[in-house]
Amino acid sequence: MADPIHQFQLKTIGQPLFHIGGTEIAFTQSALYMFAAVAVITVVMLMATLSRSMVPSRLQSVVELLYNFVADTVRSSAGHDGMKFFPLVFSLFIFILVLNLAGMLPYGFTVTSHIIVTAALAGLVILTVIIYGLMAHGTHFFGLFVPSGVHPLMLLILVPIEVISFISRPISLSVRLFANMLAGHIALKIFAGFIATLLAAGAWGILSPLPLALTVALTALEVLVAVLQAYVFATLTSIYLHDALHPGH
Amino acid sequence: MAQTTHTSTGHAPAEHGGGFPPFDSSTFGGQLLWLAIAFGALYVLMSKVALPRVAAILEERSNRIEGDLDKAAKLKSETDAAIAAYEKALADAKAKAQAIAGETRDKLAAESDARRKALEADLNVKLAAAEQQIVDGKQKAMQNVRGIAVDAAAAIVERLAGQAPATDEVEAAVSRSLAQ
Repeated sequence: MADPIHQFQLKTIGQPLFHIGGTEIAFTQSALYMFAAVAVITVVMLMATLSRSMVPSRLQSVVELLYNFVADTVRSSAGHDGMKFFPLVFSLFIFILVLNLAGMLPYGFTVTSHIIVTAALAGLVILTVIIYGLMAHGTHFFGLFVPSGVHPLMLLILVPIEVISFISRPISLSVRLFANMLAGHIALKIFAGFIATLLAAGAWGILSPLPLALTVALTALEVLVAVLQAYVFATLTSIYLHDALHPGH
Repeated sequence: MAQTTHTSTGHAPAEHGGGFPPFDSSTFGGQLLWLAIAFGALYVLMSKVALPRVAAILEERSNRIEGDLDKAAKLKSETDAAIAAYEKALADAKAKAQAIAGETRDKLAAESDARRKALEADLNVKLAAAEQQIVDGKQKAMQNVRGIAVDAAAAIVERLAGQAPATDEVEAAVSRSLAQ
């Protein structure tokens, strides 16, 4: 049976390029997927907006829908002044969406199945929240951890809880995306592996349509998860940005 | 299969760790670098080029729609004004027509009144003249009656007395009996 973990293996393209403090930097298929995603997104966005027509073409319509979809998400979760972060949220959404969907291609590699990538993106979001929150509100930003209208004694319990919940945000944000992608692809690979195993096991081969049907169903589910997780990431980013904009409870 | 790919792709970090690839910290530096470059490039391209273009298209469309709606509202108000002006003109014309009709009616009534009065005056004059004529006729007739009475009285007296009475006496007697 094929190794379900093998698909997450990074493969170096060419020779390692250089070393930074003992860490070897090499161009991998992961980097290739990231740059390909950036190129595809940029080309689609630019081609769609090339004609600037009043009545949109299909592609322009798709891009406008994406734009309005993310803009509505930001407006509803972060408020109207949250629109200053719209480029960030849109970039995160489209980047994760395209990388997730690229992982669904046969023999594809899922960049977002690596915790370091999702952690870096989540860290970017939380750093944006903290830096913007401190710049815009100064020490008032820490009001985020102090629920108003609560008895001072209760604050002894509530403030640590708020701090822990704030710290757990980047962890949950990154692990949610990483774990969904990883688990889904492992499950797909295992069930697909069952088909080959059953076919090779003589009479048991008649059971092979079962895992095949399951694989088809799982593939559909994984496409849904790929889109949903990009949306969840964008929505949570907007909600966290709302805290940076309005730290008061 | 996994092993052959490992060897064919040459350097694979999992080979020395042999562990779970997503937790292989030797690949973190490279992934972070490529992610930073790729996502940074994407952010710049989206925020500086792509999204402003989409925003411009959407804004242009919403402006156009707004402009068209404004234009439609303006045209509607113009139409309303035209309808109001038309209705006012119609009402004015009606009022004017009524005024003219009323004036004409009054004038005709006055004219016919005047004509009637003139006619009545004329008739009155004629009536008075006729009455006068009747009075005159009556008087003349009365005088004739008196003459006849005198003559008849004279003839009766002559027949009875055999001699014609004096005209003065007969006239006096007739006048006396007429006075009675």
